[in-house]
Amino acid sequence: MRNPLADQVVALKPSGIRKFFDIVSEMENAISLGVGEPDFETPWFIRDEGIYSLERGRTFYTSNAGLKELKIEICNYLKRRMNLEYHYNNEVLVTVGGSEAIDIGLRAMINPGEEVLIPQPSYVSYEPCAILAGAKPVIIELKHENQFRLTAQELEDAITEKTKVLILPFPNNPTGAIMERKDLEAIAEVIKKHDIFVISDEIYSELSYNGNHVSIANIEGMKERTVLINGFSKAYAMTGWRLGYACGPKAIIEQMIKIHQFAIMCAPTTSQYAAVEALKNGDEEVAKMRDAYNQRRRYLIHAFQEMGLECFEPFGAFYIFPCIKEFGMTSDEFATRFLEEEEVAVVPGTAFGDCGEGFLRISYAYSLENLKIAIGRLERFITKLREEQKG
Amino acid sequence: MREQILSIIEKNSRIDIKELAVILGMPEIDVANELKKMEEEGVICGYHTLVDWEKTSIEKVTALIEVRVTPQRGQGFDNIAERIYKYPEVHAVYLISGGYDLLVTLEGKSLKEVSNFVSDKLSTLESVLSTATHFILKKYKDHGTILATKTTDERMKITP
Repeated sequence: MRNPLADQVVALKPSGIRKFFDIVSEMENAISLGVGEPDFETPWFIRDEGIYSLERGRTFYTSNAGLKELKIEICNYLKRRMNLEYHYNNEVLVTVGGSEAIDIGLRAMINPGEEVLIPQPSYVSYEPCAILAGAKPVIIELKHENQFRLTAQELEDAITEKTKVLILPFPNNPTGAIMERKDLEAIAEVIKKHDIFVISDEIYSELSYNGNHVSIANIEGMKERTVLINGFSKAYAMTGWRLGYACGPKAIIEQMIKIHQFAIMCAPTTSQYAAVEALKNGDEEVAKMRDAYNQRRRYLIHAFQEMGLECFEPFGAFYIFPCIKEFGMTSDEFATRFLEEEEVAVVPGTAFGDCGEGFLRISYAYSLENLKIAIGRLERFITKLREEQKG
Repeated sequence: MREQILSIIEKNSRIDIKELAVILGMPEIDVANELKKMEEEGVICGYHTLVDWEKTSIEKVTALIEVRVTPQRGQGFDNIAERIYKYPEVHAVYLISGGYDLLVTLEGKSLKEVSNFVSDKLSTLESVLSTATHFILKKYKDHGTILATKTTDERMKITP
């Protein structure tokens, strides 16, 4: 029999978190700090709207690009929160999570062999999606001393004549890094100079803790070369509803709609009705959840300082990315021992790119009570490691 | 600052001041002073515990009593409310808009004890015109806390 598989797919590396997932699933008492989704349930009024849409029998396809009402609310939201103006009719596409938008955005923009710049550490799907789109992924290794922000120089150094798209993943999973307006202005100059495009994954935009999130599309001359991706998973605690969106220049969105139409048809109808309600009446609920994350963030920063664990202050998402280089182990070794000896699961930084070596991703999408227990164990563990080093 | 402190201690009054200061990102001394001030001003009236008595062996009966009264000249409802809230078995007294005047919640050991209170003490007050007593059969949610079910973390343990 012939090999039924595509070489390109077989060659993709499986996600680095798989191993830990398998171990943790077997451990009943393990505490996990390894989750990449909110601990809150979707606010009830949003769920209620989803239920109501089912009761009314709204169980059919919507138009490919999404419900008109939802697209209008998305535009209102972007205007209200980020001072961005998009036209609902041809500059917005409702997708199955932000993930789909990343995939089809790349597929709509890349010709074989063109280069996609991917700053790392970052979310696990950019590189495989770029490869599947026929691109050559080019990794930019972000640095701890820059608080894992992307600098103009790093960008400049990575650009070649084949560079087509930069993926901009801020606020960042796994580092919690953000890009402030001045950072964005600096890289925008380089982007315009080399005439490249941006796919800006802003799924964590509502979880910014030192002032409002600034979108790169808000920087002069950038909107026309940016596909902005956002969604409902993180801000509204709606991960399971699988709903996101992409906004951008009509020419790009039109092509994305084509792929979306053939691959997906339309995003889930129930989720779209619920999302209308989320955007209309959800701001207060989002602020409450942001406050709760921020309290936990402050707690963790303080706890790490107390135990002398090196860590830059993250201002976005719900992750903190401490450095464990002092212990002379790889991230994987540290995470494995921590799990075996203290039954706490964290994700090694290397799951998000080679340059995550020496770091751990700790999620604070957990109640303070849970965090306290886990941090108590972490403290015990690193005290033990330091004693081992001395001896 | 007040609003932030209150929103946290309203849900968790046992949090210690040091931790409160850390999660709010404020100096400990400021938080301590603000708490003290709010206690003195009566903004903070107490630090109570929410108990689900159903899960204990202690028998308790809670009743909501609607009370219609005649307001008194110059005093309005305040006088009669005071007469009622001074009884230690009375848990709460609210002045209510609508079909009746005062809502009284009462805690007793048994139905009989509550009925006796209503017939002997409450109904016999001069300004009380009528009462209607409702016994609570089950508490599903109290003080914003769901009592019926314990939630578990339904998420997968590790996700990217």
